[in-house]
Amino acid sequence: MSIVVENISRRFGGFTALDRITLETRPGEFLALLGPSGSGKTTLLRTIAGLDFADEGHVLFDGQDMTGTPAVERRIGFVFQNYALFRHMTVAQNISFGLTVRKRRDRPTKAAIAAKVAELLELIQLPELGDRYPAQLSGGQRQRVALARALAIEPRLLLLDEPFGALDAQVRKDLRSWLRRIHDETGLTSIFVTHDQEEALEIADRIVVMRGGVIEQIGTPAEVQGAPATAFVSSFIGETNRLPVTRRDGAAVIGDALATLPDEAQGRGPGEIHIRPHDVELAEPGDAAALPVTVLASRPIGRSRRITAQVVGMAEPLTIDLPVAVEASPGQQLAVRPVRYRIF
Amino acid sequence: MRRSKQRSALPGFGLTMGMTLFWLGLVVLVPLSALVIRAAGMGWAGFAEVGLSPRALAAYRLSFGAALAAAAINAVFGLLIAWILVRYEFPGKKLIDAAVDLPFALPTAVAGIALVSLYSDNGWVGSLLAPLGIKVAYTPLGVTIALVFIGLPFIVRSVQPVLADLGRDVEEAAATLGATRGQTFRRVILPAILPALLTGFALAFARGVGEYGSIIFIAGNMPFKSEIAPLLIITQLEQFDYDGATAIACVMLVLSFAMLLFVNLLQAWRARRGTR
Amino acid sequence: MSGSHPTTVESPWARRALIGVGFLFLALFLFLPLVMVFAGALAKGWQVFFDALVDPDALAAIRLTLLVAGISVPVNAVFGVAAAWAIAKFDFRGKSLLISLIDLPFSVSPVVSGLVFVLLFGAQGWLGPWLTEHGVRIIFAVPGIVLATVFVTFPFVARELIPLMAEQGRDDEEAARSLAATGWQTFWHVTLPNIRWGLLYGVLLCNARAMGEFGAVSVVSGHIRGLTNTMPLHVEILYNEYDFVGAFAVASLLASLALVTLGVKTVLEWRFGIHRAGAAH
Repeated sequence: MSIVVENISRRFGGFTALDRITLETRPGEFLALLGPSGSGKTTLLRTIAGLDFADEGHVLFDGQDMTGTPAVERRIGFVFQNYALFRHMTVAQNISFGLTVRKRRDRPTKAAIAAKVAELLELIQLPELGDRYPAQLSGGQRQRVALARALAIEPRLLLLDEPFGALDAQVRKDLRSWLRRIHDETGLTSIFVTHDQEEALEIADRIVVMRGGVIEQIGTPAEVQGAPATAFVSSFIGETNRLPVTRRDGAAVIGDALATLPDEAQGRGPGEIHIRPHDVELAEPGDAAALPVTVLASRPIGRSRRITAQVVGMAEPLTIDLPVAVEASPGQQLAVRPVRYRIF
Repeated sequence: MRRSKQRSALPGFGLTMGMTLFWLGLVVLVPLSALVIRAAGMGWAGFAEVGLSPRALAAYRLSFGAALAAAAINAVFGLLIAWILVRYEFPGKKLIDAAVDLPFALPTAVAGIALVSLYSDNGWVGSLLAPLGIKVAYTPLGVTIALVFIGLPFIVRSVQPVLADLGRDVEEAAATLGATRGQTFRRVILPAILPALLTGFALAFARGVGEYGSIIFIAGNMPFKSEIAPLLIITQLEQFDYDGATAIACVMLVLSFAMLLFVNLLQAWRARRGTR
Repeated sequence: MSGSHPTTVESPWARRALIGVGFLFLALFLFLPLVMVFAGALAKGWQVFFDALVDPDALAAIRLTLLVAGISVPVNAVFGVAAAWAIAKFDFRGKSLLISLIDLPFSVSPVVSGLVFVLLFGAQGWLGPWLTEHGVRIIFAVPGIVLATVFVTFPFVARELIPLMAEQGRDDEEAARSLAATGWQTFWHVTLPNIRWGLLYGVLLCNARAMGEFGAVSVVSGHIRGLTNTMPLHVEILYNEYDFVGAFAVASLLASLALVTLGVKTVLEWRFGIHRAGAAH
């Protein structure tokens, strides 16, 4: 199914949670809403689910206007951050809940429900735990039960709110790839909210980067990393060094003419240059783009050498990754040249 | 009672435990065992003669029946009040929240004369009900009304924290799974608060069975009709029939301990299910 | 982040209906009785109200009530602190049994609470003949009233402090001990400041019950005017004599005490986050 969000705005008192958000999903894609807390990503997800309602704008499912339709009628699988399992029901009762509340004529037979539960327990790899209570499960198991419960109603769309937020690091990693597999098997269009860029980069087809209720960029993991649309995206995703620059006539000058780099965007006035640690190499002598730095610390990490350095005459420290063979000891002077960078 | 092997660096265990046991024994346990020993010395026939006499049975029926009815009424309205206090904002909410404890704080005799003045035939409420043929004061209905007053805070205060603790996300989950509001209440909210509701019910019931002060004014105190069990104890005492009083007291004591046990089992059940 | 939950809120109409029913119920069962007390007290004007309060028997009842509360509340406060210290700061077998025993008076009918003392000290009680011989009166006298009051108010302070002190653990006290404070110093300077609001809360509820207790006191008092009549008993006597204004006048004092108790209790709950225990948990 494809979802279209058109000009959605949502305000809580004086706080604007969503500011004219427009977004369109592709059928079967796995979309991540990524942003810091307060960026509006959860509100957007809840608006798509019909758990919250926008003040302005429209939500369309396959072209059909769903803006005012409450969650009960949307047939959406929603996985909550803290699982929201029914504590007084067994795992099997939790999973079958969505089927047993249907009107009598739409309700599957008892046998059909039992078969469905067994199938889903198999899918989440917990076939033996149907009779347990949620309190008797680990966090990762609860999360999987919550997913099975959402899938039981054969939803048109799967929404997940920080699905791994409450889990510890190792379990998160395992569940991530497992969730991606489930997504591929079911073919459901899925949207998940996360504040963890690594998570989004690893499993999403496309990432929607949000901040302060607006969308900063929509793109594939490669796009948001390689071609960040805004300074925020650039600094939010991946490691980035940020240095102030002065822009004029197709050039960006760092400091008092420390280094001059070509500025394809032809901007003017003060700006900010973003340089990723590994987008740097040792400069040839006399290169106008070479940045003089003093090494503060250096340690080998795998095949590269991570160097923390001070740009001469500037307060900002610079983190750079050079080949491990490069020698750098504290106090040593180096000249480095940004190979790839973006100026905002 | 022996302390476990793990030593504590804190002093005063012997002193405070000694004080506790001494005082508990002197004030509570010795007097209560006097009652039990006296009852045991009576023999079954003597015990049953008063303790299970028709008049006593009628009194138990009234005390237990009215307490049960009042607890049931409070289960419904107490839940409703806990619900609006937890879920809604309205003017006077904090005042109402504080006022729910009034029956805990108001002396029972004061409640008793106020209720009978309100609900007697020429009282503010009673005069409205009298034309409809509903007599409240001096009938079992009056006893029930007094016990509704006494029992309300037990239900509200048992349910309120559990309801507040119940995450909204659970209800939202039910909604996304297609459950209507009614289904969500019946199948998700009610089961989650049921243990707390039952606990409050049992506490209100137990309190109602033993209640005296707020009832005697409104009850009418007619033997076989509107005479409650605690009043019967006093009647026996006034006739210097200590054995009769003891027998009735024992029956009530046993029943209230049964309730206490029930409440404790409920708590254990709640702890085991992982729902608080 | 998610600021609202429209899905879990009833329609405005249903909400208003529920609030309306709640208000009606509370008005009938809580507010009208309270208003009735004050309306009854002032039914014949302020002069009659004041006359009823300065009546010698009424004054004697007020004095006796203050005396009884003045004895039983401190006694139970000291016991409550000691019991909470032993139970909350140490581990021993039978702890939950001990807590249940301390709670016992709450599950005993007030009338039965009075009865047990009559069985012990009454004319036909175990110690009755011995007491008569030595000219000691307990039943139908002030000592009996104090005993019955101590019994019914026994658990209030302890049950408020036990969870509070258990939650605070013993880290503070152990730290004080490691700094070479004596046991008493630790208690006065570390424990007591930590529990003072909880203690006040328990004392408050204990006092309200001590002054308002009716059933238990009624059994042991003998209703001797001017001598063994507490305020609640005096209310009963006046009411039964059809002196309604007098009964409500004394009752209004007790109701005011209840309102002050509720007010202070609420402030303690809001300001100091003391959980509401009441008698419900």
